[in-house]
Formats: sequence, structure tokens, C-alpha cells
Amino acid sequence: MEKKNGKAWLYLLPALAFLGVFMIYPLVDVFVYSFEEGYNSASQTFFGTGLYNYSYVLHDPYFLQALKNTFLLVIITVPLSTGLALLISLALSSIEKLKSLYQTVFFLPYVTNTLAVGLVFMILFKKTAYTDGLINLMITWFGGSSVDFIDGPYWAKMFVLCFYTIWVVMPFKVLILTSALASVNQNYYNAARIDGTSKLRIFTRITLPMISPMLFYLVITGFIGAFKAYSDAVALFGTNLNAAGMNTIVGYVYDMLYGNSGGYPSFASAAAILLFAIVLTITCINLMISRKHVYY
Amino acid sequence: MKVYLHHLTKKFPGRGKNAQEVVAVNDFDFEIPDGELVGLLGPSGCGKSTALNLISGLLKPTAGQIFFGDSDVTGLPPEKRGVGLVFQNYALYPHLTVEKNILFPLQNLKGPEKLSKEEMKKRVYDAAGLVQIQELMDRKPSELSGGQQQRVAIARALVKMPQVLLLDEPLSNLDARLRLQTREELRRIQNETRITTVFVTHDQEEAMSISDRIVVMERGVVQQIGKPQEVYDRPVNLFVAKFLGTPPINLFSGSVRDGKLFIGEDEVLDMEGTEDQDVVVGIRPEGFLPDTNGPLHCRFDRVEVMGRDMSVIASHACAQSPSIRAIVHSDAPIQPENGVIRFCLNPRKVHVFRKDTQERIPFQVRG
Repeated sequence: MEKKNGKAWLYLLPALAFLGVFMIYPLVDVFVYSFEEGYNSASQTFFGTGLYNYSYVLHDPYFLQALKNTFLLVIITVPLSTGLALLISLALSSIEKLKSLYQTVFFLPYVTNTLAVGLVFMILFKKTAYTDGLINLMITWFGGSSVDFIDGPYWAKMFVLCFYTIWVVMPFKVLILTSALASVNQNYYNAARIDGTSKLRIFTRITLPMISPMLFYLVITGFIGAFKAYSDAVALFGTNLNAAGMNTIVGYVYDMLYGNSGGYPSFASAAAILLFAIVLTITCINLMISRKHVYY
Repeated sequence: MKVYLHHLTKKFPGRGKNAQEVVAVNDFDFEIPDGELVGLLGPSGCGKSTALNLISGLLKPTAGQIFFGDSDVTGLPPEKRGVGLVFQNYALYPHLTVEKNILFPLQNLKGPEKLSKEEMKKRVYDAAGLVQIQELMDRKPSELSGGQQQRVAIARALVKMPQVLLLDEPLSNLDARLRLQTREELRRIQNETRITTVFVTHDQEEAMSISDRIVVMERGVVQQIGKPQEVYDRPVNLFVAKFLGTPPINLFSGSVRDGKLFIGEDEVLDMEGTEDQDVVVGIRPEGFLPDTNGPLHCRFDRVEVMGRDMSVIASHACAQSPSIRAIVHSDAPIQPENGVIRFCLNPRKVHVFRKDTQERIPFQVRG
């Protein structure tokens, strides 16, 4: 038995070594940095320990803006994208003709490069010297006044960011939910039909519980993904996110490390640990809720 | 509630190039009397499940009508027909407890049919009592054995007091012993409720043992309808004779000459008034009577003892299978001479079929 254990550890060693060097060590390191004041990565020096980094970050208006942006993004996009994906998958599973065509169309954003999509969104939304952007043209066509979605008011920028995020994360959700719906045994629906169950009740009492594990998986990964959003904002508003007021927490961490204001690994670490704490809390809450409502 | 199928036909479109449409149910025209237990019997793919789904309303017929009592329900959706359906795999909702599974159909009732909470609970417990699962009410289907799941499925079908109960291969997912037990149970439940019940099976023993009436089908066509014993004793054609009975009927190539039935050179029975022709002779295993002076000469192979009776395995040059099986009483004398055993035949257990149409040729049994 002893010998077998040794062998098992030996086999696990490569993976453990990689995880240790590239995941666990940095994690611990970040945690340590976050308590070291004014850490300098070049000279490996710092001048004190304590909660100052956290205090600084939490009082930094840029961080608070990033926090607000991230939370708005999460609260708006996760339910909307999951709900829309569910509607689309339901529609997809109830049509016969053109099903594969529609499936392909809905899956396209998933295989398209983030920055390429960002470019398309620029064309749709950005005001330039030559044009107001396609969406604004349409708005004025219908008699509204044009809005600058990229450099304009906060709500307009937030709208574009949410729209973009939903559009990008939806294909994966549609894919997962379509297959989840397809895996529900037709007999359950037949049994429900024989018993005269209304469509709504079939959906809430049979379909939803049957696909709840997949739905729950999408919500959890959706939350985590949205909290970690960064590249989407860059694709839309460029790298100077603080100036645009559209920074996210991950963006803030990046800026603190390398950005124009860069060179503050301590603050970056503190912000990263804060993000970690937030994501952990939300995921735990999700898990607790799921225990009641998810049927495996 | 009697069920009347009037020239009912269901065709499915074929798949692929030059595919022909499949006629799953071909011109069914028969009545299922009120309060009877009827078995639809046939080999796989003969259209029996399709017939059941037509009665339930899950499928729409291509042509023909279905009547429940005197009312035409052909155009009615399944929920308006008042049928209970038990699926082959039971289709119990896995996320609901047994109680909630049985309750589910009642919660769907609307308008004047709507029941109060107490009434629902009473109905659920009555149904559960009928199939004897009261102590399992809080379990999930995954925590039940196959037989228990089956009872829950029946309770769920019965709880809304359907006019017609339909069962699709109700026993096929159970092991042999449970199958025996459950089919008795099914008979008891049907006797207690007197609900017109139609069940589908490919197992002829199952159908014969509990049905008031069986409908034998092949390739979408009804072959014969009748009481099990009647169908067994007087099969209309070769298919029905072969399909019913375990061990299966023994078939021989034979001929009728001068009013006598010959198997090979053995003159086995009188068939006066039947014109000369080649025929197929079917002899039930219990139709062989060992007799040292019997007319049928068979090559003796071996004896299999089964307790109450025994099987004599023999062969005959004219038999359509390499060996024939006779079931005789365990104290019957078996005295093969030079490897040849001779039988008398019980004419009531012998069926003669035309070689061309495979229909049975009736003949007078003397004495």
C-alpha cells in the first residue's frame, strides 16, 4: 500500500509541480504582497506591513468606479444572457426547419476574435468625423437624437459594454442549453401531455428542474466570467479605461501593475485579493441557493 | 367505457431516397368492450405501440376514427380523452417524490374539475393504496426498485380516474419473478377498478395469462382477435399458431391425399372432405401421445425431465425445424425401438394450414 501511494504521488508530480509554481506560489505571493507597503519588484524591498494597501485601494475613486462598473456588468449581463440563451435554446429546440443554420448563426460570436468583434461594435456605435455610427443613424432615422456611445454619457457606454458582453457570452450558453434540452427524455413531455399539463407548467415543473444543473453551471461560470471582465472593455473603449470611466476590477489590477500609472504591485495585489474575496463570496452564495433548487 | 377503432390507419413517411412510407397500423377495425383487459400482442415492430399511442392521442391517425363510448375522440388532444398511460420506462419525474409524482396529474385539473387540497391528498392515497405503495410516498423514483416504480407509474395513471388505461410493455423492464407477480397485480387492479385497459406486449405468455381478450398483430395488420384460449385453440393462420404457445408449435410439411393427412409417408389423421393439396401441419407439443402403435414415426433423441411433465426431443424428416418437442406426462411410457418413437396425435392439437395462403384448414374431429 505504501509503495502504491508513492507511485501515485510520483505520477501526480508533474501536474503538482506546475500548479505549485504557476498557481499556488503566485497566489500566496500576491496575498503576501497585498500586506507589504510600497513593495518594489525591482529592488525586492518594502517599507512596512499592514492594511494600508487595502485602505488605499478602497479609497481610490478609480477602484470604486471599477467596482461599480464590474457589479453593474455582472448584475445586468448574467441574468439577461442566461435568460436570453434559455429563450433562444427553447426556440431552437422547437423548430425543425433551418435549425442547423440558426445554430451556426448563434454560435458565430463564440469563434470570433474579441478585438474583431470590438471593431464591429465600433463601427456600429462610434461617432467619428465622417459618420455618427450605424446605430445613431437608425436612432435619428426614427426621430431620436444621436448619442455618443463610446465617448458619451456613462449610461450609453455601460449599455454598449453590457450589450457587447451579452452578445459574446451567449453562444456558449445557447450551445450548452440546447444540448441540455435535447437530453430531456421525450417521454416526460408525453406523460405530461397525457395528464393535460399546461405549457407553462411543463416548462416550470419539468423542463427547468431537468436542465437545472446546466443552468446552474452557466450562472456560476457566468458570474465568475463577468467579474473577471477586462478585454471586452478594452476592445470597446481602448486601453485608457480609467479616463473613459469604464474600468473593471481586473483592468484596475492591470493598470496598477503595468498601466500608465503603473508600478504599484502592492495596490494591485490588494485589489486582486479583494476581487478574489468577492468572487468567492458570490460563488458560495450561489452554491447555497443551488442546494435547494438544483436537481441532480 | 368501450373503445371502438374504426378503420384506423397510421402511416409514417419513409426516410431517405426512394423510401416507402411505413404502414404501422393498417385498417384496424375492432371494439374493445367496456371493462375488459385487452392485450395487443405481436412481435417487435408490428405497430402495437403505435396503436396504443393512437388511442392515447399522442399520435394522430392518417385515416379512420377512434370512439370512446359513443363519442368520436379522433380529433381530441390526449389531455381531453381521459386516458391514463403507463410508459414502458415509466417516465416518472425524477426530481419529484412518489407522492408529488402521483399528485402531478391532479394539479393540472382546472375549472369545475379542480379539487381541494384534502380531496387531492385522499385521491393520491387511494391510488397509492390500490397499488400498495403507501409507505414509499416520500421517496424519489431513483430510490425505488423497478417493480415499485412500475406501481407508482400505474398509480399516477389511475389517480385521475381515467376512462381508459393504457400500458405500454408494462412488464418488460422487470425481472422474471417480479414480472409474474406484477402481472397478477395488474389483473387484480383491473378487476378492482373495472377500467377498460389496453396493454401492449410482445410476450405471448403474459398476454395469454391475464387478458380477457387478445389482439394478435403482425406488420400493422390484425391477425386475430379473441379470448386467449380460443385464439390458441383455433389460430386463423400459421403466424398466429407459431406466435402463441411455449414451447412453440412443431411444424411439418405434409399433404392431404384422398381425405387423409400425411406427414411424409405416415398417415396421421382423417381429413375427409378436404381436397388434395400440400399443407403445413402444426402440432402443439402437448398434441403428441406416445404410443407404440402410433402412426407418426420420429427419430428419438432424448428426454428432458421438467418435473410435472417431460419433453421428448425427437426429429422427423418432414419437420421444418431440426428437432421437434413433445410434452408428455411424466409417467407416460417412452419406449423407443431402434431409435424410433411413435406417436398418436390429438386431433384437437393439430392445425393444418394451406401452403399458399397459410390459412388454417378446418376439419372435423371425429370421436
